Amino acid sequence: MALTNWDRLARLMDPWREFEQLNQVFSGSDAPCGELPLFNVWLATDTAMVTTEVPGIETGAIDISVMGKSVTVRGSRESEEVKDGVEYHRRERWYGRFSKTFEIPFTVDADKVEARFKKGVLYISLPRAEADKPKKITIKSE
Amino acid sequence: MAETGTKEVLKKEAETPAGIERTRSTKVYTPAVDIMERQDDIVIIADMPGVDEQSVDITLDKNVLTIYGTVEPEIPEHHRLAFAEYGVGDYQRVFTLTDEIDRDKIQASVKNGVLKLVLPKAEKAKTRKIEVKAEA
Repeated sequence: MALTNWDRLARLMDPWREFEQLNQVFSGSDAPCGELPLFNVWLATDTAMVTTEVPGIETGAIDISVMGKSVTVRGSRESEEVKDGVEYHRRERWYGRFSKTFEIPFTVDADKVEARFKKGVLYISLPRAEADKPKKITIKSE
Repeated sequence: MAETGTKEVLKKEAETPAGIERTRSTKVYTPAVDIMERQDDIVIIADMPGVDEQSVDITLDKNVLTIYGTVEPEIPEHHRLAFAEYGVGDYQRVFTLTDEIDRDKIQASVKNGVLKLVLPKAEKAKTRKIEVKAEA
């Protein structure tokens, strides 16, 4: 229950949502999958983790780029080739190209970003840049 | 408000038959499937991210084929969920089979969170081409 409520709240509060949708309409986005895949973002003080469910995708088809505070995940999932004599009874799985950008509350150390793909789930860990970490100031007593 | 409903359609929760309650606290989702029919078999492909060959159960009881995938949620340590579009839970989907399937030869494989089931058609159900001979 908690997740769906979170989800609703997050989507309602996202002012860019409609803009994104409009953008998609005008750019004639070739993704029939619409908003898929879905993403979750986890935060800790000095690191963030972005996860997404992309079952069956080839790791070579995923492109992750990091710039400052923003992280972009691009990729595509191909539909299987339909051979002659194959009849689809049901076709619910999504396919197509996707692109999603997140802004993390801190600058990411692009060299230390790690991504792993396990059982169809992609995990991207984004450590905070050393220069961006808060500095502790010691007080000298006179 | 109509917009908020769409996400739930994207990752659908499995329906529970009336009067049956679950004993586990996790959510159960319905995996998206493609079902295709080929000449000699029927192929079911299901998206079940988080599932591997050890955590998927396939049972065939009479003509009811049930697929159940158990997912161990991986929660990063000391992290809090800041933005969530999807929930993590188990997968279940039930199919009914007809007599045309050769039950002993059903094959299943899992790769990268995608389950593939191959249901071969029974010998008698395969389409046979009957040649028409011209009488002399």
